Amino acid sequence: MTAAQVVDRYRAQHEAFARNGGARVPEWVRALRAGALARFTELGFPTTKQEAWRFTSVQGIAETAFAHGATGEVPAAKSIERLELCEARRHLAVFVNGCFSALLSSVSGLPAGVRVSSLADALARDPELVERHLARYARLEDNAFVALNTAFVQDGAFVYVPEGTVMEEPVQLLFLTAPGSEPTVSHPRSLVVVERTARVSVVETYAGQGDGVYWTNAVTEIMVGDGARADCYRVQRESERAFHVATTQSWQGQGSVLSFHPVVFGAALSRHDIGAVLDGPGGLCTLNGLYLLAGRQHADHHTTIDHARPHCESHEYFNGVLDDQSRGVFNGRIIVRRGAQRTDSKQTNNNLVLSEEARADSQPQLEIYADDVKCTHGATLGPIDQRALFYLKSRGLSPDEARSLLTYGFGAEILERMEIAPLRVQLERLVRARLLRRARARRAP
Amino acid sequence: MLQIKNLHASVDGNEILRGVDLAVNIGEVHAIMGPNGSGKSTLAQVLAGHPAYNVTEGSVLYEGRDLFEMDPEVRAREGMFLAFQYPVEIRGITNAYFLRSALNAIRKHRGQEELDPVDFLGVLEEKLKVIGWDDSLMNRPVNDGFSGGEKKRNEILQMAVLEPRLAVLDETDSGLDIDALKTVASAVNKLRRPDNATIVVTHYQRLLNYITPDYVHVLSGGRIVKSGGKELAHELEAKGYDWLKAEPAVA
Repeated sequence: MTAAQVVDRYRAQHEAFARNGGARVPEWVRALRAGALARFTELGFPTTKQEAWRFTSVQGIAETAFAHGATGEVPAAKSIERLELCEARRHLAVFVNGCFSALLSSVSGLPAGVRVSSLADALARDPELVERHLARYARLEDNAFVALNTAFVQDGAFVYVPEGTVMEEPVQLLFLTAPGSEPTVSHPRSLVVVERTARVSVVETYAGQGDGVYWTNAVTEIMVGDGARADCYRVQRESERAFHVATTQSWQGQGSVLSFHPVVFGAALSRHDIGAVLDGPGGLCTLNGLYLLAGRQHADHHTTIDHARPHCESHEYFNGVLDDQSRGVFNGRIIVRRGAQRTDSKQTNNNLVLSEEARADSQPQLEIYADDVKCTHGATLGPIDQRALFYLKSRGLSPDEARSLLTYGFGAEILERMEIAPLRVQLERLVRARLLRRARARRAP
Repeated sequence: MLQIKNLHASVDGNEILRGVDLAVNIGEVHAIMGPNGSGKSTLAQVLAGHPAYNVTEGSVLYEGRDLFEMDPEVRAREGMFLAFQYPVEIRGITNAYFLRSALNAIRKHRGQEELDPVDFLGVLEEKLKVIGWDDSLMNRPVNDGFSGGEKKRNEILQMAVLEPRLAVLDETDSGLDIDALKTVASAVNKLRRPDNATIVVTHYQRLLNYITPDYVHVLSGGRIVKSGGKELAHELEAKGYDWLKAEPAVA
């Protein structure tokens, strides 16, 4: 199939979408979609000839005929419990195949003015509010996946916290794919707006049911106003044959705080572009990520932290654990704009490579246009540290126990920075289950 | 408890130990002193089973058994403990979790029940009380971001919890100021019992002001060239090592 044929398929899909389900939206949304589709048509899917996609081929996505707007079996309420945080049930929004499910969601007890809803609903009720923020942060001009997501923008999560409001309980967003008989695609689009001095925690989870092929093409935009704070967690647990492509773009005002914690367990192929713009003095941004890969999994993280104003701080920590024939790619770009003096930026990417066939690629990319800045970066990749292994053995641990403890520590180092205890416990359990599965597989002949 | 006979060991083809003989009995404290490069740390590492060192000749019996038949973890479970000169940092694992894992590995080996976190906390508090320390190191990742003194203190803390029969302290005094040295030495003294033994490896005599050895040995050129009582340490302090006419030291 030629690139033009691939694009034509999505154009046809878009035509049907614009006629049917996507029709009842304000004019500006229709215009946004049309512009995005035009941009996607120009860009096409990226190839490995493009620098930003050198290590990650999306040929598998381009060549698969994904059906849009699939109506697979709606999962039973029972089956989503394992994906929830037990103590955070009041602000739970569930999306199935990209569409809000009123049946599975439970949103109650929201403070005055706070909105946790579907984007489709917000477009109907608060079009002006949505218009002020939607597609204002994630650029579609140079990312075909953002363009495609925007061309199909219709539903996803909308979280709005008005000025000065502090949310006690985390907001939970669950994006579930229940694939039908043929491969399907969904384009969930989420918007998190935290106004001045407000505060919220948001947990996004992406998961799939069954073992079918599907593709999630997600975009989340996060706006953190002056003096506001957002703690955002993202757990990617797509099923084994899934494709997951995502962009998370944040914008921060003066003196604001954002922490973003993406954790990757699932999908055959995943690519996550994380962009953070520090656009007011005194902002703090922390990116704290973990990818745990096995089999033939491939996960690619491209992060860009843009220090646009002076006196901002960014801390970036990404750890990868790579087993079997898996591959992890990390590209960490840091831009310090002219005038962004007193920038303090720190980046680390550590990869634990457990098998000779696994591979990690790590690339820092610093672009500094100011002179009074502090920027450090460091990357490691390699097998388990033999010194540490001997140290643990000398305390009585078997080689297997020692290896598994050291591997766990690699993940735990990232999880420790997460402040929501039930989420941390859930993730620790997932990391342990992964290690156990590995230990069992090793023992089997 | 420990009989070392004619021990030769090499690393990367360089022979470092060239016939060490040493016997340590239960209840005793032995100090092994010597100039830099004499093989002191090599001896400590060989006893713990570090894979970089090749034993080329000789034998070591630990409680009547061939030490070299035991893997490092088995030596540890059988009561041997090495306080590392350079403790290793382990990110993401708290000291408490690490110590409980180690203690449980040893308990399992002895046929004792494993301890859950609550029971472990009880054991830990008791040990901390014995050595008079607080639990400030326990919830930090193992040695990660510890100062030099904290790392050394952490080794002794592990020793207190794991209750070894034979402890080998490898240059535990290096890098410690006088207050830290006293704290560490006092803890080691409190852990001394009639049914255990300690080997203190040190370059300087000053640690032996606080931990009184029963025997002092001078290791030079990979062999023990002189042995004596605690007064030998004072003699070394006054005269240095040169008068012992050591064979050329090994780097």
